[in-house]
Amino acid sequence: MATISSTPLTQWHRSQNARMADFAGYDMPIQYSGIVFEHIATRTAAGLFDISHMGRLRFEGPRADQLLDHVLTRRVLDMKNGQVRYSLICNEEGGVLDDVLVSCLESPSGRGEYFLLVVNASNRDKIVRWLQPHLADFPDVTMTDVTDQTAMIAIQGPKAMEICKPLFQSSIENLGYYKSRVTQQMGKPTIISRTGYTGEDGLELIVKAEDAMRVWENILLSGRDLGVTPVGLGARDTLRLEAGMPLYGHELDETVNPYQADLGFAVSLKERSFIGSEAMTSLQSTPSKQKRVGLLIEGMRAARQGAAVLDPDLLASDSADSTNAGSTSIGLVTSGSHSPTLNRPIAMAYIDRFKSAIGSKVVIDVRGAKVQAEICSYPFYTRKST
Amino acid sequence: MTIDPKALRYAATHEWVSVDSSGVGTVGISAFAVEELTDLVFMALPKVGVAVVAGEEFGEVESVKAVSPLYSPISGEVIEVHTSLPDQLEILGSDPYTQGWIMKVKLSSPSELDSLMDFDAYQKQCSGS
Repeated sequence: MATISSTPLTQWHRSQNARMADFAGYDMPIQYSGIVFEHIATRTAAGLFDISHMGRLRFEGPRADQLLDHVLTRRVLDMKNGQVRYSLICNEEGGVLDDVLVSCLESPSGRGEYFLLVVNASNRDKIVRWLQPHLADFPDVTMTDVTDQTAMIAIQGPKAMEICKPLFQSSIENLGYYKSRVTQQMGKPTIISRTGYTGEDGLELIVKAEDAMRVWENILLSGRDLGVTPVGLGARDTLRLEAGMPLYGHELDETVNPYQADLGFAVSLKERSFIGSEAMTSLQSTPSKQKRVGLLIEGMRAARQGAAVLDPDLLASDSADSTNAGSTSIGLVTSGSHSPTLNRPIAMAYIDRFKSAIGSKVVIDVRGAKVQAEICSYPFYTRKST
Repeated sequence: MTIDPKALRYAATHEWVSVDSSGVGTVGISAFAVEELTDLVFMALPKVGVAVVAGEEFGEVESVKAVSPLYSPISGEVIEVHTSLPDQLEILGSDPYTQGWIMKVKLSSPSELDSLMDFDAYQKQCSGS
């Protein structure tokens, strides 16, 4: 078994008595004061997240863009310095191997540009292995896994930019959504991106591991009067769920294709050939059997991953035969939790397409209890535009 | 009546029981359990009249993060249930030993109490020693 790794901030989390857990091999904070408090603080002020477990792969070389264009579902060849794109990595059949952020960044030495791929912690080894043979086809491209020599910190929420302004000054001025910059923070190189996984405005920062603690404490200090709070992976999950964002291992895996997952926007097929593009051309024109939907659930009992979604009409005609639940199943919950913003349980699920109309009533089997729910669109939460 | 946590018996699974002179046990969950669970959103209770068995599940409590079973510390028949508790789970945070009671059970085997922990033993378990 692999040993559990620390992030450069693990000791700090422990010193705050955060509840810790092994997440994808990293000793990560699940919560500090409580998920609901941290969630609401992020929605109303700002949350500070250690996301150093995310994998960070750096690609350099004259044809780095061509290599990535070949493995990503999103176009990379036309990316300009400072652009960030959400993309998928798929296999030949169109199954999702990972969802990633790719950034085109300016080399600090001024020798052109390089690319940074941020991958899910749980998929990092798999993606590195997947890329190896393709790297062999591009001998002038080098891939460096910089995960352990760096830290990644997110600050998210309506006050996030205000809190960061005194720290980063001009480097975050006019930094648009899904844009990034390489900058200096007190003489230390920092990658700043206007991205996030909460549905809020904010930044994601990549700093050298040895600078992480200072950046973290500076943000806490700068945001103290504005209500910044450290946030663990527990609230990160409820925040992304409300924002309707997929999580690998829940909404995404190798059996799911981008269209079924409602991520067609992350696939650019036009005048491109990439791994999986052939399969995706036909997947795009054939409606998938199931579709990703949102669920608003009655009562206070949350439906979690794996709960069966049942057809109420079939249930009714099924009369007393409750052992026959399998035949009435029209889908499965992929993520579910109490929503702190809506104060009720919400979920995402894959449901048979012909049963997936918005507003349809369904029944969910929550550990044996039949719970009423309604199919809805997502996101469940949208921030007020600023 | 106020229940003194020092006078209770505890199960390793964090439920407490207080037994009166008529052989009725009042059951709840400890302050430590409430603190560990945090952000409680739901509680499923047993029905009056059902039989509960020591060490077996009688209900569940759900936090934002996860669902946890509730295990009965004693065996017997449920004679009263705190039905309004699920609608005011915050009581468990402020007063888990008096207002936060969950059910009352007519004990069928009072000797089971001997296998439960006293306050000091339970405190030791919670502090991990």
